[in-house]
Amino acid sequence: MSDIPLLKVSALSKFYGSRIGCQNVSFELWPGEVLAVVGESGSGKTTLLDCLATRLAPSTGSVEYRMRDGQFRDLYRMSEAERRFLMRTDWGFVHQNPADGLRMTVSAGANVGERLMAVGDRHYGKIRATATDWLGRVEIAADRIDDQPRAFSGGMRQRLQIARNLVTNPRLVFMDEPTGGLDVSVQARLLDLLRGLVSDLGLAAIVVTHDLAVARLLSHRMMVMKDGHIVETGLTDRVLDDPQAAYTQLLVSSILQV
Amino acid sequence: MPTPLVVSDVAKSFTMHLRDGIRLPVVANVSFSIKAGECAVLGGPSGAGKSSILKMVYGNYAVDRGQIIVPYRDRLIDVAAADPRTMLGIRRDMIGYVSQFLRTVPRVSALDVVAEPLIARGVDRTDARDKAESLLAGLNLPERLWSLPPATFSGGEQQRVNIARGFITDHPILLLDEPTASLDAKNRDVVVSMIQQKKDTGVAMLGIFHDQDVREAVADRIIDVTAFSVPNGVAA
Repeated sequence: MSDIPLLKVSALSKFYGSRIGCQNVSFELWPGEVLAVVGESGSGKTTLLDCLATRLAPSTGSVEYRMRDGQFRDLYRMSEAERRFLMRTDWGFVHQNPADGLRMTVSAGANVGERLMAVGDRHYGKIRATATDWLGRVEIAADRIDDQPRAFSGGMRQRLQIARNLVTNPRLVFMDEPTGGLDVSVQARLLDLLRGLVSDLGLAAIVVTHDLAVARLLSHRMMVMKDGHIVETGLTDRVLDDPQAAYTQLLVSSILQV
Repeated sequence: MPTPLVVSDVAKSFTMHLRDGIRLPVVANVSFSIKAGECAVLGGPSGAGKSSILKMVYGNYAVDRGQIIVPYRDRLIDVAAADPRTMLGIRRDMIGYVSQFLRTVPRVSALDVVAEPLIARGVDRTDARDKAESLLAGLNLPERLWSLPPATFSGGEQQRVNIARGFITDHPILLLDEPTASLDAKNRDVVVSMIQQKKDTGVAMLGIFHDQDVREAVADRIIDVTAFSVPNGVAA
């Protein structure tokens, strides 16, 4: 385990006019670590994720990322082109709705291959072979490589989106409700897949979810948000088994038992 | 090697914010230490706080006061104050835990559940699985179950998976929360001999055993948890 964080977030805030999106968020994320951000709708967790992933400019604060050369760079002091390159190569972003992260009218293979081309791969045969390999890793049959994701089920689309994101060996992946909107059996399969990939590849990930079971299964560490503020942080099982904040206790006690 | 586990003056209470913030004291002034190769057993009636003590040592419960000192990477770390990342490292390398119930993950086979802690420490997947197989065989778990996810196993079968998972590594500290509760006599004896082997290799163990025969067979010392009880409702 590396002793240097991958991401350093300090005093990050986002205001929508006078309304708080998220306020004064600080944390560090290490390689191989999965952080879950939980809270109800409107708690600011997606705002926070978007500010971290440079999809939304924060009002104040800084987000520093350790580049592959070991230098920390402030994301909001980079040029737009540098940020985009980072997004396409070293990062992944898994959207809740796969249609937001996929190109629905090109083939599954091209969806995966496109990210490879963005990092400079030009050899068609190699790209196709890598794409096939990745489809296999996310349990999509090789004979579906030329089909468009429009013809895929929701669970398959989500797995394809994951393959598209992971094919460039990113070091950091953002996920926004990655299992939202899927049947429970499909969810279980996806979670198991994500869990395996994250640990095999040593990925760092920030997962936004309102589902505490998903957070327990995927994450090492957890941040609980309410009204734009972090109300509790800690080891995932500690937060869930011995919640300290009133709001976390409410969340945990609201889980339906099966 | 310093004493693997030193607990000093630890206190724990629960504050129930949903019930007007009432405070339920659990234990206070908890102090003990465990030497390498020793198995100490927490004694006392249900509700005395035995499991809570184990969970605090594992970092699963927060600690109100006091220190829980564990040597880690040439330093002494206070588990009660350790950051999550340090705690994860301590769990990977120092403290193993056999919980009462197995928390199953969908689609992961019993064999992989058992092998996982070794793989997390960098052991080759095949070697880890080989070791998992020999542990499950030793615990008499039928071979046809090894490749199945344990969610549908019986209580005793799940518990054996859990024991194998806890015993597969050579963690210097092992916490045992009623590992024999749903086992038959034959498998209880297997677990007793596994604990004996851990002692022989210098592992410090802290356990809860309601079964008197098992307790007498493994305990070097009983720590009476009622000595740490808090007078009704007046947590300090």
